[in-house]
Amino acid sequence: MSDTMKNSDPKDPTETAGLHVAPSPHIKNTGTDTQRMMIDVMIALLPIVLMSVYLFRLYAVKQLFICVIACLASEFLFVWMRGKAITLSDCSAAVTGIILALSLPGSAPWFVGVLASIVGIGIGKIIFGGLGMNIFNPAMVGRAFVMIAFAQLMGAGSYENMTGLVDAVSGATPLSALKFNGLTMDIAPLFWGKTNGSLGETSTAACLLGGLFLVIRKTASWQIPLSILLTVSVIAGITDITGSYSGVFLVHHLFGGALMFGAFFIATDPVTSPLTAKGKWYFGLGTGILIMVIRLFSGYPEGVMFAVLMMNAVTPLINRWTSPQPMGEA
Amino acid sequence: MSLFRFKGFPGTGSFRHGIHPPDNKALSYESKVEVMDTPETVTLPLLQNLGVPCKPIVKSGQTVRYGELIGVGEAFVSAALHSPIAGKVKKMKVVTLPNGKRLTAISIHAEGEQIPPEKLWEEMTSKDWPRDCISIYDPLTIVKIIHDSGIVGLGGAAFPTHVKVTPNDTRMIDTLMINGCECEPYLTCDYRLMKEASRSIVTGALLTGRAVSAKEIVICVEDNKPEAITKLREATEQTVIKIAVLKTKYPQGSEKQLVQAVLGLEIPLGGLPSDVGVAMSNVGTVAAVARGVIKESPLTHRVISISGKGIKTPKNLFVPIGISMGEVINFCGGITQDAARIIAGGPMMGFSFSDLTAPVTKGTSGITVLTHDEISNEQETSCVRCGRCVDACPMNLVPTRLALAARYNNPSIASQYHINACFECGCCTYVCPAKINLVQLIRTGKRLVAAWENR
Repeated sequence: MSDTMKNSDPKDPTETAGLHVAPSPHIKNTGTDTQRMMIDVMIALLPIVLMSVYLFRLYAVKQLFICVIACLASEFLFVWMRGKAITLSDCSAAVTGIILALSLPGSAPWFVGVLASIVGIGIGKIIFGGLGMNIFNPAMVGRAFVMIAFAQLMGAGSYENMTGLVDAVSGATPLSALKFNGLTMDIAPLFWGKTNGSLGETSTAACLLGGLFLVIRKTASWQIPLSILLTVSVIAGITDITGSYSGVFLVHHLFGGALMFGAFFIATDPVTSPLTAKGKWYFGLGTGILIMVIRLFSGYPEGVMFAVLMMNAVTPLINRWTSPQPMGEA
Repeated sequence: MSLFRFKGFPGTGSFRHGIHPPDNKALSYESKVEVMDTPETVTLPLLQNLGVPCKPIVKSGQTVRYGELIGVGEAFVSAALHSPIAGKVKKMKVVTLPNGKRLTAISIHAEGEQIPPEKLWEEMTSKDWPRDCISIYDPLTIVKIIHDSGIVGLGGAAFPTHVKVTPNDTRMIDTLMINGCECEPYLTCDYRLMKEASRSIVTGALLTGRAVSAKEIVICVEDNKPEAITKLREATEQTVIKIAVLKTKYPQGSEKQLVQAVLGLEIPLGGLPSDVGVAMSNVGTVAAVARGVIKESPLTHRVISISGKGIKTPKNLFVPIGISMGEVINFCGGITQDAARIIAGGPMMGFSFSDLTAPVTKGTSGITVLTHDEISNEQETSCVRCGRCVDACPMNLVPTRLALAARYNNPSIASQYHINACFECGCCTYVCPAKINLVQLIRTGKRLVAAWENR
């Protein structure tokens, strides 16, 4: 090739170095990359992190610190064990760490966060082949493991043992109180988040703020949160009407639990949710139904985590069922 | 384009999915078409179109006139070849085209008196192209002239035009669509042609429409070319031709997408526009038809645009087919210090090349030179199944699945998900946040599927 280039007349324009060939397309959208998507998620999580630190003070700081460090360390360790290039720079492990920490109660001891991180990253993600290959949401795998392994430390009781916090946030979580004691709260503290609960789930306002940012940036799909919220509203609304709760039940189920955090930050994980818009609607519908089934008929007051994990399992099926018809296919 | 409205056609003026890359047409948008002098030599590959190579009928040492037939297209899907200059035939040589094909080529050295190329361009841009009296031409005569003039699609795919317009009893043509979308970023050759030679396009459209007995003729232009639309509106006054102004979106100029956008029809998978009663030609192609029929000149010259931030002075040029890419680039001042990639065609579907002796062929719509800043050298990361490729694919495929099936050597999955419906527009690769070259993997996958089906 260099011979033919020398023959070109009258003056060889390729004398300036640095020309090369590559397959088309030759331009790419420079606005996004995987790392940028993960940073978007972190920016969206910021209001929730700030809210949790405001409400739970050192408990939140400690939990976030433990989970992020443990997730990064497990990612490093497991990837190194597989003999692959270290992938910490894509920030996905850090995002998993933050989401995991925000889904735990502040009172959970340090080893709970560490174990959840190791299980989430190791078994939930790296064993499947790392980022993009996992079937289940890694943060939820870790959380499910510790929830079952340390039922005492993760159960309803764990939320009530914290001291030295903002007054409103001692006592049972709104959904536990409603389910087991029939106690209710006003809508304002539920919405703004001056309630008890897992670190990141209490403030609907913060979740909506971050969630809308994700949706506008198109980092998260809008179909999944919308269909989850609609489904939960319908089921909780019907329950509300039939039980004559005059709206209190609906408000508690929308704003009182992990629904907002789960709908915007956990269910929207692109790796473990369907590819197509239609599939995302089905995914959200299924998640919403499962959340309400668990909340209404099981022993747990909250069902977001198990609902998302179960829907993760059927995502490959949804993908198969909702595979788009190519243009021109009759 | 929030004010975009589309009236008068069954379609919506757009198609599903697609992308909006920066069009960068401003670089060469206002440059009038310049005529290049006759080069010392031209190199004419025997295959410049889809189909079978033509058969050379000249010998080394023989003198040829301008426009003399030098290769005959014997097969049906094949095109004739004519000399764009007067001169002496030299020894056959082998050239590598940017698309990677190695082909035998006739090389002609300029000798004797040349027809000034300015005259040819003046002919194209003149106002006296006929718009009535088209009916004096018999449809079959037009088809024969198109065949004998060696006309192929000038939009890029270079499909022999006579194949499209030859009457076919089983497939009647209702609508002739003239494609002036030019949705590839950077390229402006069709835009300049529509602006400067609108009359010849109109005449060519009427002639082609007569050849296929079309009931309707529509010229399709994207709404980012208002001046071309104005010129075409003037030129089509009191004719049957309609102008469809379409939404600016890539790949609007792809035939399946354009048929859907204008007529609301879906071409069946693996089918052709004729399956839904449509024939489609590029604006440059119909202008060549007009030249062939009215002026009796074969396809010897074409308009190309030389653009990109890596070229010193972007230009639109009227050049003889067979001139070397290097000469054309030098005419535009050469490439800049930070030029990184020279592409035949536009940046989305063009072929990058480094051999500047490669000739401009009938299907070369332009040369784009990109700089180091524009091309992405980012490392590929894992697919996170975000689904952006699915939302971008104008064919409504699942690019990530096709690409991964190719990567993991799984032709049955690739075939099940219709890998051959992909026309490699590049939308999926453009939007992929993980920077995976999906198109290239899909190309590999198509080979795998072909081998697997023939096993």
